[in-house]
Amino acid sequence: MYAQMVDTGQSRLAGLAELSPEERAFQSRIDADVKIEPRDDMPEAYRRTLIRQIQQHAHSEVVGMLPEGNWITRAPSLQRKATLMAKVQDEAGHGLYLYCAAETLGVSRDRMIEDLHAGKVRYSSIFNYPTLTWADIGTIGWLVDGAAIMNQIPLCRCSFGPYARAMIRVCKEESFHQRQGFDILMTLCRGTAAQKAMAQDALDRWWWPSLMMFGPPDAESVHSAQSARWKIKLLSNDELRQRFVDQTVPQADYLGLTMPDPELRWNDARGHYDFGEIDWQEFHEVLKGHGPCNHDRMATRIKAWEDGAWVREAALAHAAKRAARQREAA
Amino acid sequence: MSTGTEWPLWEVFIRSQHGLAHKHVGSLHAPDAAMAIRNARDVYTRRNEGVSIWVARSADLHASSPDERDALFDPAGDKVYRHPTFFPMPDEVKHL
Repeated sequence: MYAQMVDTGQSRLAGLAELSPEERAFQSRIDADVKIEPRDDMPEAYRRTLIRQIQQHAHSEVVGMLPEGNWITRAPSLQRKATLMAKVQDEAGHGLYLYCAAETLGVSRDRMIEDLHAGKVRYSSIFNYPTLTWADIGTIGWLVDGAAIMNQIPLCRCSFGPYARAMIRVCKEESFHQRQGFDILMTLCRGTAAQKAMAQDALDRWWWPSLMMFGPPDAESVHSAQSARWKIKLLSNDELRQRFVDQTVPQADYLGLTMPDPELRWNDARGHYDFGEIDWQEFHEVLKGHGPCNHDRMATRIKAWEDGAWVREAALAHAAKRAARQREAA
Repeated sequence: MSTGTEWPLWEVFIRSQHGLAHKHVGSLHAPDAAMAIRNARDVYTRRNEGVSIWVARSADLHASSPDERDALFDPAGDKVYRHPTFFPMPDEVKHL
């Protein structure tokens, strides 16, 4: 997801009897659905895991602006351009809500940004794919934001108060993102044969990476079980992925597009769509930094941060001077 | 890479249109109060969520300690008579 394979620092899920009295007391608060607030007692592993998860999520929002930002100057109409700018601005806002939720746990924003730039913290694999045509912008809104919503709605109920509150805000804004994407695709699919082919091509390239967003299969994740116990992960990777497939296939049918998966078919007995095997090798390669755009994305982020340094310093110097003048006048 | 010049943190409070009190919505970084208000507009009121913004330096906020929660709020615990439901009213008495 936006936070994929979050390391909980645990190699296996501890039995309840192995927990210390403090950990057990904490777990019973979680089990009773008590929200944990920043200054409450919490196990160090919970705090560290949340910092990692929320910051991965925040970095994903921020890096996620890059593939779409590429198309602001090339949007096909003024309305599409204004809409895309609003969407990208929302992503910046979502990043900021999340950074501030992470900061309540005692990590500074500059530190998180440094860790991202140093490659110590990940962002979602999905943003390492290129946006080659305008149809990609529609497809990102439809699939990528659709997958994000699927993940984020349960997180509105997660155990950490500031994260849950940030998610509520994000979810309120996110459905506009998904709809504007679908709207772009509807227009293309009702257009010329070339436009429809462009939409199909975008779906062919984005479908599998979108399914990878939910992370590896449940069986392979020790961290998921711990995160589930702490209620910072409410539904499993496979559950969310299945829901996403079930919800999205009929939408593709409506558009008249074909999913690039010959094994995709409705399974009446399960009441779900069956779908083909995901190329996990590709997923792990992208996470390791070998995706099509990993290098570009980080280079762009670091350049923006470094080019902005003088602005940050000048604003501080200006604020200090003004404060000094006010003190003199008083 | 760190220059040690992180902008200070501000807590943001927004009053929505419905005549309610200002409500805490989150925090942000800004070099001074004027920029904090401008940034708060962009971060927290992109969809007409507010008619008024307060910002306060996070460093200037003082909060009760969660460790003392029980002791701090204990005085209110045994005063049920502060609630109207403590006083049974006969059914035939109206508007009370």
